Amino acid sequence: MPEMLDIIDMNWVAQGIRLSVPLIFAALGGLLSERAGVINIALEGKMLFGAFAGVAVTWWTGTNVVGLIAALAVGAGIGWVHAWFSITVRSDQIVSATAINLFALGVTAALIPAIWEGGRANTPTVERFRRFEVPLLSDLPQIGTVFSRLSWFDYTALVLAPLVWLVLWRSPFGLRLRACGESPEAAASVGVNVIRTRYTAVMLAGVFAAMGGVYLSLVQNGLFQRGITNGRGFLALAAMIFGKWRPIPVLGACLLFGMADAYQLRAQSKSDLPVELFQALPYVVGLITLVFVGRAVAPAAIGRAYVKD
Amino acid sequence: MRGITKRYPGVVANDAVDFTVESASIHGLLGENGAGKSTLMKVLFGLTAPSAGTVEIAGRPVVVNSARDALDLGIGMVQQHFSLIGDFTVAENLVLGREPLRRGGLLDLERAAADISELSDRYGFRIDPGSRVGGLAVGARQRVEILKALYRGAEVLILDEPTAALAPTEVAELAALLRRLRDQGRTVVFISHKLSEVIDLCDRVTVLRGGRVEGHREIGSAERDDPDRHGALAAELARMMVGHELPEPPARVGGPVSRGVPALRLEAAGDGHRLGPIDVEVGAGEIVGVAGVEGNGQTELVELVVGVRRCRRGSVKLGGADVTRWSVRRRINAGVAHVAEDRHGAAVADGLDLAHNATLGFQGRPPFSWRGLWLSLVQMRRLARGLVNRFGVQTVAVTDPLRSLSGGNQQKLVVGRELSRGPELFVAAQPTRGLDVAAAAFVHSELAALRRRGAGVLLVSLELTEILALADRIVVMSGGRVAGETTPAQVDVTTLGRWMTGAGQTAGAATAEAAA
Repeated sequence: MPEMLDIIDMNWVAQGIRLSVPLIFAALGGLLSERAGVINIALEGKMLFGAFAGVAVTWWTGTNVVGLIAALAVGAGIGWVHAWFSITVRSDQIVSATAINLFALGVTAALIPAIWEGGRANTPTVERFRRFEVPLLSDLPQIGTVFSRLSWFDYTALVLAPLVWLVLWRSPFGLRLRACGESPEAAASVGVNVIRTRYTAVMLAGVFAAMGGVYLSLVQNGLFQRGITNGRGFLALAAMIFGKWRPIPVLGACLLFGMADAYQLRAQSKSDLPVELFQALPYVVGLITLVFVGRAVAPAAIGRAYVKD
Repeated sequence: MRGITKRYPGVVANDAVDFTVESASIHGLLGENGAGKSTLMKVLFGLTAPSAGTVEIAGRPVVVNSARDALDLGIGMVQQHFSLIGDFTVAENLVLGREPLRRGGLLDLERAAADISELSDRYGFRIDPGSRVGGLAVGARQRVEILKALYRGAEVLILDEPTAALAPTEVAELAALLRRLRDQGRTVVFISHKLSEVIDLCDRVTVLRGGRVEGHREIGSAERDDPDRHGALAAELARMMVGHELPEPPARVGGPVSRGVPALRLEAAGDGHRLGPIDVEVGAGEIVGVAGVEGNGQTELVELVVGVRRCRRGSVKLGGADVTRWSVRRRINAGVAHVAEDRHGAAVADGLDLAHNATLGFQGRPPFSWRGLWLSLVQMRRLARGLVNRFGVQTVAVTDPLRSLSGGNQQKLVVGRELSRGPELFVAAQPTRGLDVAAAAFVHSELAALRRRGAGVLLVSLELTEILALADRIVVMSGGRVAGETTPAQVDVTTLGRWMTGAGQTAGAATAEAAA
C-alpha cells in the first residue's frame, strides 16, 4: 500500500498542526484549571461559546479581530460562571461543568435561527483569519510548505505550551496555582488567596478554550455551525490527562491526535475500507501510546472544594 | 496572650487564658486532649479569631487575623498534620507565598536553594532543598516544616505535638535541634501531652485543663537529672492535667500464658514484598509487643494478621484455625479486633456521625440490623452513647460527625468499639498515639484486662515505654523480619537498639532511611 505512505508529506504535517491547534488551546486551558484544583470537563462548552461569539460579533462589526476579542471575553465570562459554581457555591464540579456543556450546545444552536432567521444550522460566513507565508522560511525546500500554510493562531498555540510551563513552574503565580491544586489548605496557610487564584485559573481556562473554539469557527470554517466542536473539548481533556497535566507532554499529545486525525482524513479517500475505521485512528493511537506512558497522577486536591476555615 | 476566650457551639475551648512565653526559651504547653492547647495556638497563629482577649508581642498589642499576619510578626507554626505539598520540592514548599524573584519576575529557585542550604547547615537540619517532599520520611518532613518556619523569619516556633509521629531516634534528634534553636535565640512553644518529653526539653511549662490555665512550673536541670525530682514533677504535672490522681498503671499480674492453642500463629508468613518470612506467636492471655523503627514492616504485619494484606507465603492461624485465605469479615467474626494505625484511612469514616462509626464492623448483625437489611439507628446510638460514657469521649451528641471530635477523642471511640467486640485476638497498632495520659492509661488497663481474660494481644508501638510496661514478650522488627525477641525482664537497651537499627543483619534501605 504505497499510497498509504504517500500521505506522509509536508502538507500532512501542516494539516496535522492545524487539527491539533484547537486541542492545544483547550487542553492547556484545562491544565491551568486542573492544576489549580478545579476539574474542567466544561472545555467543550467553553469552546462552543467562544466559537459562536467570535462569529456573531464578527458578523455584527465586520471585523474579525473584534470578534476574536469578544470571544475571549465571553470565554472569561463563562469561566467566571464555572468558577462561581465550583469554587464559591462549591457545587459538584462534574455536574456543574456538564450543565455548562449542555447549556452551551443548546443556547448556541438556538441563537443561530434567532439572530439570522430561518431554521438553519449554520451562520452566514464571515471574514476568516487567513494563513500567511513566513518570509524566507516558506521558501525553504520541503519544510517551507508548512510555513506557508499556517496562521498566527497556529504559531501562538505552539508557543503557548512552553509559555504555560514557564508560568506554572518558574513564576510565583504558577507556584501558587499549583499549590492550590495540590493542597489548598497548605497554600492558604502561607497566605495564598486560594479562592482568587482558582478563579483566575478557571477564567484563564475559559479564555484558552474560547480561543480553541474561535479557531474552529473563525480560522478553519469562517462560520459557526451547530455542535461545531464535535467532542474536541473532551479530546483535549483526554490529551491533558495523557500528557499527565504537564504542558509539553500535553502539547505532544495534542499533536499526536492532530497528526493521526490528518492522516486518517487523507487516507479515507484513498481506500475502500470503511470510513469509521479511519476515524477511529486517533483514538487507537492514543490508546496504544497510553500503554507506554504509564499511569498519570492528577493534582492531589483536584475536584475538592476549598472551605475557608 | 491575655484573657483569650474562644467559644465554639456547645463548647468553650479557651476560657480567659493568660499565656506568656519568654524569648529564647522552650516553653511547654501541656494538657489533655480537648484541653484547648491547639485552639490557643490557632488563635496565636491567626488561624481562628478569639471571642475575647488580646495578643501582645514584645509588650505591644497586635492583631493576628491570618497565618500571614502571624508570619509577619515572626510566629511560625508546625501543625500535627503537616502543611507541606508532597508533589513540590523542599525549596518550592519553602518559598511558596514569599517567592524570591530574579529580574523579569521569574522565580529564583537557585537563590532559595542556597539560602535553605545555608539555614539547614547552620542548625543541622540535614535537608536537601532539591528533594521532593513526598519522598521524605516523617521525621525529615517535620524538619522541613520547622525549616519552613525559620526560612520565613520565624522567631517564635509553635510545635503542635511534634513527637506524635516520630520514632524514638527521631525524637532525640528533634530535641537536639530545638535546643540548638533556643541557644541561638529562637523561642519554641512545645505542645505535648507526654510528660517526660516536656520535662526533658522545656525550660518552663504551662498546663491547661478544660480550657483554663491550671498552672505554670519552671523546669531546671535538677528536675531533668535527678530521677526523684523528675518523678515528682511528672506526678505533679499529671495531676494538674487530669485534675485528679492518675489511675494506677495496670499491675502486672504474673499469670502464666496459656499453654493451649495460641491466639495467633504466623508461620513463615510474608506478603512477598516488604514483609517476611516471619514467625510470630501470640498465646492466649499474652501481650506481645512489636517494637521497631517506623516503616520496618509493622504496618504490613498488622495488615496481614487482620486480613487486609494478602498473605502470599506461609500461613496465618487464629486459635488453631488456618485463616490464611479468610476475608477480613470472617476473621472479625472469628474474634479479631483491630485498632488501625492510620485512623482516618482505616478505622473511621469521619464524615459520618459517632453512632455510625461506633457500629462499623457490627452493622450486619443484630441488634443493629434486621437480617442485614435495615439499620437500627436507635440501637446504634445506644451503643455509641455507651462507648462515649465508658471511655470518656468528649462530645456534644452522638449524632455529631466524627470529624468534629479531636483526634484523641476519635481514637477513644475506635478503641472502645474494638474492645466491645469481645475479641480473642486484639491487634492494636499504636493504640495510644495522640491520646492523653488518662486515656492512654485507660487503654493500657483495658489491654491488661483482655490479657487476664485470656485473649491474645498484639501490640505494635513506637513507644518502648508502652511496650515495656505491658508486654509479656517483645518482638523487634527490622526490614520486615523479626530481628530479635526478648522479655521486658531481660531487656537490654543496647541489644534492642542494635536490633531496631538492623545493625549487622538486615541492613538495607530501612536502616539507611532511619539514619538519614
